[in-house]
Amino acid sequence: MIIAALEHEQVEVIFGYPGGAVLPLYDALYHAQIKHILTRHEQAAVHAADGYARVKGKPGVVFATSGPGATNLVTGIATAYMDSVPLVIITGQVATKLIGTDSFQEADITGITLPITKHNYLVGSIEELPVTLAEAFYIASTGRCGPVLIDIPKDVMEQEGTFCYERNREIPGYRPTYVGHPGQINRMVKAIKEARRPVIFAGGGVIRSGAAAELRELAIKCRIPVTLSLMSLGAFPGDNPLFLGMPGMHGMVAANFALTEADLIIALGARFDDRVTGKLEQFASEAKIIHVDIDPAEIGKNVPIDIPIVGDVKQVIRELLKRVQPGDTSDWLQRIEEWQARYPLSEGTAPSSGKLKPQFVIREINRLTGGKALITTDVGQHQMWVAQHYCFREPRTFLTSGGLGTMGYGFPAAIGAKLASPASTVICITGDGSFQMNIQELATVVCGNYDLKVVVLNNGCLGMVRQWQELFFEKRYSQSLLHGNPDFARVAEAFGATGLRVSTADEATAALEKALSVRGPVVIDCLIDPAENVYPMVAPNRPINEIITGRDLE
Amino acid sequence: MKHVLAILVENKSGVLARVAGLFSRRGFNIDSITVGETTEPGISRMTITLEGDEAVVEQVMKQLNKLINVLKVSNLSQEPAVMRELMLIKVRAEPHTRSDIQQIVETFRGKVVDVSLNSMIIEVTGNDEKLEAIVLLLQHYGIREIVRTGNIALLRGAKVTRENGEARRSKG
Repeated sequence: MIIAALEHEQVEVIFGYPGGAVLPLYDALYHAQIKHILTRHEQAAVHAADGYARVKGKPGVVFATSGPGATNLVTGIATAYMDSVPLVIITGQVATKLIGTDSFQEADITGITLPITKHNYLVGSIEELPVTLAEAFYIASTGRCGPVLIDIPKDVMEQEGTFCYERNREIPGYRPTYVGHPGQINRMVKAIKEARRPVIFAGGGVIRSGAAAELRELAIKCRIPVTLSLMSLGAFPGDNPLFLGMPGMHGMVAANFALTEADLIIALGARFDDRVTGKLEQFASEAKIIHVDIDPAEIGKNVPIDIPIVGDVKQVIRELLKRVQPGDTSDWLQRIEEWQARYPLSEGTAPSSGKLKPQFVIREINRLTGGKALITTDVGQHQMWVAQHYCFREPRTFLTSGGLGTMGYGFPAAIGAKLASPASTVICITGDGSFQMNIQELATVVCGNYDLKVVVLNNGCLGMVRQWQELFFEKRYSQSLLHGNPDFARVAEAFGATGLRVSTADEATAALEKALSVRGPVVIDCLIDPAENVYPMVAPNRPINEIITGRDLE
Repeated sequence: MKHVLAILVENKSGVLARVAGLFSRRGFNIDSITVGETTEPGISRMTITLEGDEAVVEQVMKQLNKLINVLKVSNLSQEPAVMRELMLIKVRAEPHTRSDIQQIVETFRGKVVDVSLNSMIIEVTGNDEKLEAIVLLLQHYGIREIVRTGNIALLRGAKVTRENGEARRSKG
């Protein structure tokens, strides 16, 4: 019955890991047409489904067993929840009469995931099952997307019932608002016309609602510069002159200055995370703020809003474009150009040292793929370097754990991305710390012979932790140096993938060229300069125009 | 400022945990929470009293509305409403103080629901102010135990809190 429901929802692939409580489910899967990807850890199954969902724009589906199978999903579910990724997760539960008795492999997974799912269910009987599955898909993929978990006791899986499936059924307590209030949109039109120093600040919502084309049209028509949060890189072309780069803690100087001095901020599907705003009291103190978001609870949560608009970003911008008139922004754009010229992105300290620079590796990847690859990252320095140095041009080409900041996300997410878009070049750019958090998935990629590449920016330490310790803890490198790292190329070989190890710029270029020319999984272990830091940087809880650049420290 | 929220929820398992969990997770304080059935089968009504400024309450209401099992959230403290709480007080009562206590209880239109040799249980309903006042008076005799139901509230007049749309006036 579950499999039939998944077929109704046109699910093509499931990511999962079997176990006692889901044996009936896996038995039903045995003869089904749906593809199942066996990861080597449940956490990787959720991340892979998450990567699939981010690329495909429809829910990723996960199976796991009760108890430890379910609890291993938790980090992945929280990751998806923070980044509003649609997932439907089906976990097995011990038989109904055993629930609450601390039986073998029992965990209250609906209780555990209550605060990290958009909604969850514990199914009581087979009659509830079709309705629950239909609701789960509907809730996960509409409004502000998110993960929905369905916990199904083993005895319910074994029951028989009539299957009657109705997609997108109405749910009394769930009615997302898609259409923006026309009066508010009129106010937005007026504000844009009057603004002299406007900035568009777009977030992940622009990608989720498929509004990249509308965003581009709005920015170009009204001559408004655009800054994109980490979650929305690719929603506006990185090579467009109106693009300011990412704002915030490791954002571009011009983006932070522009937000600070703006008289109008148009926030589209963004949520004013502390990594973007810095010290809230001093954030954009001169600006009127328009906030368009599908989730009313985001509006006014962190920053007071002058023009709130609840609705789907794409629909709101479309409505806006019918009426909007550009204001005079020429002086402002000139000012921004001056900032951009004065504060270019650092390509690394002491580039002539002969050491391999991470920034160089990322720029080479960008050059060799024409910026057309599908990039996933883990979390830490390498993540910020990618956000800064890779030029994203299209939406859904950059997958990263922005909200939760989950190390171990990137590699399994790349598996999901590859399955969602088999024709794309998929590259996971990771660090030596992060890669080891889900390195077992080498078995999954070798098994499936997936054509994806892993570039490990290996500095032998937890780089971002080490950087903070250097800057804020007087160089006391407490537990951040990863002694005993393996040779990742040889690890890859041991799993049956291709492994390459490089320590100079020339070797790196040659290895990347080789990796991109062969089919199948390749791991490039790049031994980079361990002293390299991510700049620019804004210290935590400081205003975002107080910027530390690498140059100050040279 | 004190706010009283009326919340209509689907009577499904875990709904109380969802609501209560939301408060603890986001650092909102609940003064009291009560739950009971409504005239509609399958729909329960919660009354939550909380302390907080406008911004906090707005965020609480928005977050509550995001819960799938929550059908309607309204802030009753913005409109005239009848608010009541029931309290049982076990007070020390020696034979010579009993009649004094009885008099206090009558003034507050309470009831004596249990008497023993040296204690009484008093039942009293009212709003916060009234309940605090009687507690203050009875402290003089020695309060041994108190239990309170938490606030419940209804809008004054014919206006009702319904699951669809805003609170509306009935035709009568």
